[in-house]
Amino acid sequence: MARSAPTAPGTRSLISDQDLRRPRHRVAYFAVLTATVLLFAAAFLFPLYWMATSALETPRQFAAQTPTLLPRSVHTDAYRDAWTQLDIAHFFLNTVYYAAGGWFVQIAVDVSAAYALSKLRPVLGGAVFAGMLASLMLPAAALLVPAYLTVSDLPVLHVSLLNSPWGLWLPGAANAFNIYVLRRFFDQIPGELLDAAAIDGASRLQTLLRVVLPLSRPVLAVISIFAVVGMWKDFLWPLLVLQDPDKQTLSVALHRLSTSTQQVPPTEMIAGLAIAAMPMIVLFLFFQRHILGGLSAGAVKG
Amino acid sequence: MATSLAPHRSRPPTARNGRRTAPRGARNARLRRRLADNAMAYTFMAAGILCFALFSWYPLVRGIVLSFQQDNLITSPQWVGLTNYRHLFADPLFLTAWKNTAEFTGLALLLGYAVPFAVAVLLNELRHFKAYFRVAVYLPVMLPPIVSVMLWQFFYDPGGGLFNTALRGAGLPTSQWIQSPHTAMISLVLVSTWANMGGATLMYLAALQSIPGELFEAAELDGAGVWARLRHVTIPQMRFIMLVLLLLQIISTMQVFVEPFQLTGFTDPSTITVMTLIYRYAFAVNNDFGLAASMSVLLFVVLGVFAALYLRLTREAD
Repeated sequence: MARSAPTAPGTRSLISDQDLRRPRHRVAYFAVLTATVLLFAAAFLFPLYWMATSALETPRQFAAQTPTLLPRSVHTDAYRDAWTQLDIAHFFLNTVYYAAGGWFVQIAVDVSAAYALSKLRPVLGGAVFAGMLASLMLPAAALLVPAYLTVSDLPVLHVSLLNSPWGLWLPGAANAFNIYVLRRFFDQIPGELLDAAAIDGASRLQTLLRVVLPLSRPVLAVISIFAVVGMWKDFLWPLLVLQDPDKQTLSVALHRLSTSTQQVPPTEMIAGLAIAAMPMIVLFLFFQRHILGGLSAGAVKG
Repeated sequence: MATSLAPHRSRPPTARNGRRTAPRGARNARLRRRLADNAMAYTFMAAGILCFALFSWYPLVRGIVLSFQQDNLITSPQWVGLTNYRHLFADPLFLTAWKNTAEFTGLALLLGYAVPFAVAVLLNELRHFKAYFRVAVYLPVMLPPIVSVMLWQFFYDPGGGLFNTALRGAGLPTSQWIQSPHTAMISLVLVSTWANMGGATLMYLAALQSIPGELFEAAELDGAGVWARLRHVTIPQMRFIMLVLLLLQIISTMQVFVEPFQLTGFTDPSTITVMTLIYRYAFAVNNDFGLAASMSVLLFVVLGVFAALYLRLTREAD
């Protein structure tokens, strides 16, 4: 955390450091700062805190609803019951499996395509790339119905991918943004390096695995994070593709439980939400620099 | 979803791979190598091309064809011309869905557009706790949408929900939130804004930080106060990113689904949106894929206008 970082000389914003040096302005500044810190805590942190701690109450305490900042007493029953009785454990593992597989398929498919486009420069490569990029302009919503029909009965093969992880993985691999980012990165790897590898007798695949991939670690990290987060957050597509309740993701299962006729105690439901949110929060805290950095890099150059 | 942050920069110039030209007379060898390279390249791209063809290019064509067909997955599809579109226009829900979607998008722009901008300008002036602000505002973006929406569902509970408890505590009138047609739509917009504003805020913040400080200095020397600096320096400098985010936000909010689906269902006429109506046609009530496809085509056309604007704008910037 930047502790009272005075803005570097030459970079300044709306209000100058000089403005802030006057005593009256300093008071105003710290008042605004305190208000913003509290407002952010109330708006963005408190809901998550509420989620984590409400699940620690008994259903009766939860229903009593005189809000207290600290849970009156700590019961982990709701978490345990959600994990076992609502079978959250099962859906959690499903989601981990889908996210891990989706990540792997996305990386394998997109890296090899971007490598070919960038370093092998095939005939009509430009047209293929343009076709891929064009898909970025297609709203996912517009393809929902025909893509669903395609997945339910693949053309030529007549295989159904409904209730199969491939129904999530293959459409996920058609990710033009990944290919675009990877290709741009690969373009910057000097051709001499690849030639040197070729002279040493490396095949194209070996060059990719031993030379290009190790150099691409930063960009692979960013893509991997976005792949996993995307898979974990997705709702509508898994809702359509994974109709068998046994195969559902956590998000879809939570929705189903919330609308089912069987009465689920609210504390267990909230525990389920907290469990679904936890991996993303942990991931974010670990990789925030990558995640936020990727975001702002896009904005500045935008 | 896939539309976010679409690439728009021109490709950096690539060096012709430092391959030496083959000696004269070795044309055949060169040709063979070219062929081998192409075969290799297409082997590497095969999986990618297949995925795009199956799940992006083909569905686009099929969606358009489907909108002129009757298809319920039981009988084989039949060509019905404009019948689907005619049914669509005759359905009273059609207009309701578009009106609601426009209302959602409008409100989401008002809130989700103005609030992140104001927050970013504020954060840019604060010299302390920078990391805290960034992490806090982005945390909700990380949550699975269904989690944010269901969490707010608890907050919105008209009886013992957090919001009404707080309102009661402050001596203010309570609200029915999602359960009243008057407040349902704004309630959806509130969750959506809370869950999504982090991205826009941080993008504004990054853009604000790239404004050259000299501009502010010069304005200050000319006697411009803080408001004048905001109006004459910050906002003109931010015009481009504001326009880009405006278009991106229109494109994404018009596809809103999870909020109405979870909070009010796809039967409630006060919040049914284009996407929930498509879902309803195809998967919930009618099982009429042709009808759903024709609705999708219309959505596609409308969003296509904004996508084209976006593309033009970002191309020009290159």
